[in-house]
Amino acid sequence: MQVHKYDVVIIGAGGAGMRAAIESGQRARTAVLTKLYPTRSHTGAAQGGMCAALANVEEDNWEWHTFDTVKGGDYLVDQDAAEVMAKEAIDAVLDLEKMGLPFNRTPEGRIDQRRFGGHTRDHGKAPVRRACYAADRTGHMILQTLYQNCVKHNVEFFNEYYVLDLIMVEDEDGKKRPAGVVSYDLATGDVHVFQAKSIVFASGGCGKIFKTTSNAHTLTGDGMAIALRNGIPLEDMEFVQFHPTGLAGLGILVSEAARGEGGILRNSEGERFMERYAPTIKDLAPRDIVARSMANEVREGRGCGPNKDYVLLDLTHLEPAHIDAKLPDITEFARTYLGVEPYTEPVPVFPTAHYAMGGIPTNIEAEVYANSEETIPGLYAAGEVACVSVHGSNRLGTNSLLDINVFGKRAGISAAEYAQTADFLPIPEDAANRTLELLGMLRDGTGTEKVGAIRKELQDVMDTDMQVFRTADTIKNALNVIANLEERYKNISVQDKGKRFNLDLLEAVELGFLLELAKVMSVAALHRQESRGGHFREDFPNRDDEKFMKHSMVYLDPEAETESIAGLRFDTKPVIFTRYEPMERKY
Amino acid sequence: MASQKATEELNEPASKVELKSEAGGADAIPTYDITLQVRRYSPEISEEAHWDEFKLTMFGTDRVLDALHKVKWEIDGSLSFRRSCAHGICGSDAMRINGRNRLACKTLLKDLDLTKPITVEAIKGLPCEKDLIVDMEPFFQAYREVMPFLMNDGHEPERERYQSVEDRERFDDTTKCILCAACTSSCPVFWTDGQYFGPAAIVNAHRFIFDSRDDAGDMRLEILNDKEGVWRCRTTFNCTEACPRGIQITKAIAEVKQAIIARSL
Ligand SMILES: Cc1cc2nc3c(=O)[nH]c(=O)nc-3n(C[C@H](O)[C@H](O)[C@H](O)COP(=O)(O)OP(=O)(O)OC[C@H]3O[C@@H](n4cnc5c(N)ncnc54)[C@H](O)[C@@H]3O)c2cc1C
Ligand code: SF4
Ligand code: FES
Repeated sequence: MQVHKYDVVIIGAGGAGMRAAIESGQRARTAVLTKLYPTRSHTGAAQGGMCAALANVEEDNWEWHTFDTVKGGDYLVDQDAAEVMAKEAIDAVLDLEKMGLPFNRTPEGRIDQRRFGGHTRDHGKAPVRRACYAADRTGHMILQTLYQNCVKHNVEFFNEYYVLDLIMVEDEDGKKRPAGVVSYDLATGDVHVFQAKSIVFASGGCGKIFKTTSNAHTLTGDGMAIALRNGIPLEDMEFVQFHPTGLAGLGILVSEAARGEGGILRNSEGERFMERYAPTIKDLAPRDIVARSMANEVREGRGCGPNKDYVLLDLTHLEPAHIDAKLPDITEFARTYLGVEPYTEPVPVFPTAHYAMGGIPTNIEAEVYANSEETIPGLYAAGEVACVSVHGSNRLGTNSLLDINVFGKRAGISAAEYAQTADFLPIPEDAANRTLELLGMLRDGTGTEKVGAIRKELQDVMDTDMQVFRTADTIKNALNVIANLEERYKNISVQDKGKRFNLDLLEAVELGFLLELAKVMSVAALHRQESRGGHFREDFPNRDDEKFMKHSMVYLDPEAETESIAGLRFDTKPVIFTRYEPMERKY
Repeated sequence: MASQKATEELNEPASKVELKSEAGGADAIPTYDITLQVRRYSPEISEEAHWDEFKLTMFGTDRVLDALHKVKWEIDGSLSFRRSCAHGICGSDAMRINGRNRLACKTLLKDLDLTKPITVEAIKGLPCEKDLIVDMEPFFQAYREVMPFLMNDGHEPERERYQSVEDRERFDDTTKCILCAACTSSCPVFWTDGQYFGPAAIVNAHRFIFDSRDDAGDMRLEILNDKEGVWRCRTTFNCTEACPRGIQITKAIAEVKQAIIARSL
């Protein structure tokens, strides 16, 4: 087995990982381990924009942005983190521009800005133009620009290296500390250990828990599950954002920019139904509200199509030239994948699993929490894998591309600075054993169960029981199905027995991550007997600040039991308030 | 910008409209029986490549990627290919489908001739590692050589650098590249001469040469004026046809050639 030694190891080369690498690489010896070539990361799929109160086109300031973020997250946001993000947003955008990002421009040549759901002027008075964008390819441009700058700074990438475990050792005080990671080289099938002083998780989200999702096949929550298996809690996992406008049946995203540019939603009666649900900002209400409104229209029989199972996104009142200029890619998706011409026909859409608000808990320096109070020196997380928590129970559009830049940068700096003062911790002899056993079990297993079948059943049940409407019964059903699938997972075998590019084997590993996270997500959802942001309990339709104004923290613990699920421990962490008192979230 | 105002003011959408009865279309989705032939190569098993044939029933909305997944997940788990986003933006799954380079996730089955077998093989010109997976290193090496990053000698402004709408538009087309290699691996010059930079690297150089904020155009033109540079392009248009992002690659290469000539005058 090969052992490598770096000051800093970054797991993931999406927006968060590469933003961290640019900082860390200039301060300490840094390696980036990524299961995909960096430019294949899903940050490239982001369309609409990245917000910052630049005030380039109208009056705006970071305090309004902070307020919108806190309110949008239904007050479960840690307000210190939201403030940091909104303040540093301006430099985050300017940094990217200086690195070369080709933003769209105003007639004066400044960075142009457009509207996006939930972003308002002066605490909700009217929509504000806060989203900086590059056509509808903002994420693509961010990913390319960051990669270009990594090339410029000679960042060392280990492409197609899957990190499969974290190596935690005890220090003199008996506290757990990270010493390195265990990774798997896809090309050769060899296991490599990376010893490091600082480790940054930047491995993205876990949308593949669901069937209908805007997420890539590779977004299987690896970082979250690896942290969990190493005793680290996961925060607020019950909160998943379902984006209103996924292409019906496919889940491919049509950006909110389509509504920002004037597109509207209609039901089978041709009615602009958002006028009923959010009279002031209508189609630009926050995503959870729009998604539930759509699902409700369908439930009440006003859906469209042969199965009445979607609604329509209407762009036909916009000028084709305007659509071409502002929304070229997403209208092309409608043409390619649904055969619909958006100039003249409304586009079939339905909510799609989009974003994990929860994840590995961190503070504003991107340091990972070991529990509700203490952080773990040398361990960091940023991006969708992390929960700082700037998104609370519902993320505002354009706040994630911002999050990955602001907290990616912070993570890179924190990790490098820690590495400059810390020593390497010794790697135990048996550090890779758990990984080797897992791989051996999956590769040599003679069971009859197949990865594809188990994954499909998991995704189906999560779509039916854990989507925009949840009740105790549906969640319990999901948990039962998951328990059964976990049993079957033990009896799995993969067909590919080779060492080279064995993606069959890695899909099996990823499925293990998905099952574990689905269980955590469902347990946290069952525990939260209220409705807030992306989590809507029909049996508890109101927000209950008295009992639930706190973050949930779920731990893997063989001795514990929570919500009658063995092996999980439940705890909470207080929400950080600075300036905003909780109010009812009305739009 | 003016058009944006106009759209907003003139076209405030109606609260309620008559929908055409077929609005949102989609009658029940038809199914098709297809034959998929995949070129298999697994050096751990044999140095010889061979073709495998699969008969599948697929939906009318399915893509070649869905067919490959069906094989991998239900029939033969060892079939190996890269993919991630599944909607044409990550650049993972360029392959030769019926002899043409395309992204499997953007190629709808119904757009192919289904009366004949669909053939799928790895892209050419890069070493095949296993089935549909090739070694991408030479491709990224060429990309890195054109210095694909903004270089600006001036002092850093406090706010953003200004750029006019027209200047921004000038290089818009080449910013769309997702580095999928469909172009480079469809180029006959690249097949016979692996040293040639290939169209993708030139596209990415173009993206900076024509960016008004960049000062290193001359350096890049110098690099591309090399004997393995733009002059090897024989304008066969394969690249432009292959590009899943619709980039006018041949035009971009021609513009780079002109810039080299203009500079030496
Ligand atoms: C379709 C779509 C559109 C969106 N649009 C917007 C938008 O307009 N505005 C906005 O703000 N947000 C948007 N988002 C959300 C935002 O794009 C993502 O949340 C964000 O890009 C995540 O970035 P990341 O760096 O955390 O992760 P990713 O970009 O997903 O990168 C994850 C990285 O981790 C690596 N990795 C994963 N597992 C492992 C492992 N086991 N070992 C090694 N490496 C690993 C991968 O290789 C990859 O490099 C959108 C999301 C989607 C899906
Ligand atoms: S120019 Fe087009 S075909 Fe070539 S690598 Fe870029 S996206 Fe792919
Ligand atoms: S899978 Fe991403 S481009 Fe095809």
